[in-house]
Amino acid sequence: MEIISYLIYLVSSVLFIFGIKKLGSPKTARQGNMLASLGMFLAVVVTLLDHRVLTYEYIILGLIVGSAIGAVMAVKVQMTGMPQMVGLLNGFGGGASTLVALAEYYKELTHGLTFEMSTIITIILSILIGSITFTGSLIAFGKLQGIVTGKVVKYPGQNAINVILILAVIAAGIYIVMNPYNTELLLAVTAVSLVMGVLLVLPIGGADMPVAVSLLNSYSGIAASATGFVLSNNMLIIAGALVGASGIILTLIMCRGMNRSLMNVLLGGWDSAGSTAGAGAGTSPKGDVKSVDAEEAAMMFDSAQNVVIIPGYGMAVAQAQHAVRDLTNVLEKKGINVRFAIHPVAGRMPGHMNVLLAEAQVSYDKLFALEDINDDFNNVDIAFIVGANDVVNPAARHDQSSPIYGMPILNADYSKTVIINKRSMNAGYAGIDNELFFYPNALMYFGDAKDAITKLVNEIKQL
Amino acid sequence: MENFDLLMQIYVFVLAIFVGFELITKVPPTLHTPLMSGSNAISGITIVGALLSAGLEEFSVSTILGLIAIIFATINVIGGFLVTDRMLKMFKKK
Repeated sequence: MEIISYLIYLVSSVLFIFGIKKLGSPKTARQGNMLASLGMFLAVVVTLLDHRVLTYEYIILGLIVGSAIGAVMAVKVQMTGMPQMVGLLNGFGGGASTLVALAEYYKELTHGLTFEMSTIITIILSILIGSITFTGSLIAFGKLQGIVTGKVVKYPGQNAINVILILAVIAAGIYIVMNPYNTELLLAVTAVSLVMGVLLVLPIGGADMPVAVSLLNSYSGIAASATGFVLSNNMLIIAGALVGASGIILTLIMCRGMNRSLMNVLLGGWDSAGSTAGAGAGTSPKGDVKSVDAEEAAMMFDSAQNVVIIPGYGMAVAQAQHAVRDLTNVLEKKGINVRFAIHPVAGRMPGHMNVLLAEAQVSYDKLFALEDINDDFNNVDIAFIVGANDVVNPAARHDQSSPIYGMPILNADYSKTVIINKRSMNAGYAGIDNELFFYPNALMYFGDAKDAITKLVNEIKQL
Repeated sequence: MENFDLLMQIYVFVLAIFVGFELITKVPPTLHTPLMSGSNAISGITIVGALLSAGLEEFSVSTILGLIAIIFATINVIGGFLVTDRMLKMFKKK
């Protein structure tokens, strides 16, 4: 029976791999997700039949409560709230890893078994990574939801405190490995790990959340792997490693999108962004800003042939994705070619803009990544920027004193006309003015994205 | 040969990381959010360990920890897979 169980665990592992493989193309992605859930279902069923599982009351209770909460969350969440949702789910995964590791510890303790060194090491690692993932994700959730400040949080002695905590955990960990029966110390390590999760994410500013969420995603996978080591279960190790790798790759993509090194991110060097100090850095652009009203903008769109829409977090905040879709439709009806240019860090998580536009039923073949569209802006009549700012700031190309210098940007300024929809002239996340707004080919179209675009659509329809 | 087992597990871990890298570098940016939520659901595989703890014969600290772990992991699994499916249903090409 045991051999059969392990063979079915192998089947689950293969289903996870195939599932992720199929998630790689929009055509097969849904099927991939189903395969992965089938793998999970098999794994749960086989475990329920395991000879070590003797009572079912708590299991049934837990499964019912968890399923109900999970299902309600999945159905209720708005597409604009997806980063929070994923952040929260990461946290639950991490929390589960910590709890399982603690449960294993108490199991061995009450049975009076002698701890193998490898077991206690993996238990400590599982607790550490799981706890950091848990509280880190809760803070990330709070920041994305607006419960915790989205600003960069700094306090004196920040780095020193972090270093001391890390050293303390290492020292305590080594001591526990030699004295595994020191329960209080293990609980203390758990508590410190929980605090470390808070301190890891608290300093991170709102617009750096794509990196934070990706990194926590990776941690949740590694935590699952660590649990696999505790239980000596290869399936958990494989599943966790796949997720860990996925999160790391997304993290690297996000870092590249902001021209930050992974080390800079891991060490909490998020200094440049979001701080008010950034406002003074760089040469503030001067000159006149030209603005247009809906009617003028409508006429410009009417005479264009090639339009590229650049969405940013502002589109999500204003829930303007449906209005943007209407604009796309009305322009296309006039025979105008409309495409979307998506910066890798637009929004609050990788692919955030794509999901919002998919929700608004914009065909995914109209969405282009930075490297696929950037050379084409010279042929674009209108680049229409909706709620994006730093990712189109040309200072990133030439102004070495700018905090965002070196960040890859969308070449919106190369198009014949740039129309920027913004609520006001406020600076973007990096706290710097955007010189693009002062360019001769740039026009501001002020207003809340949803209202302004709806007005624009009505004007175009009347032409 | 307990150390040998651990060594084998490290082998599996390292190889699986490479498989993960190979698979995920091919995922287009459009699908990054569903990839994240879907892979996140997979990390709920910790549920296996939770079930083993909550299903112990005698009631103990481990049972309670196991119960909470089941609730956490199940939220992760069910919420993750359902929300991923909800998103992927929307990805259409006209």
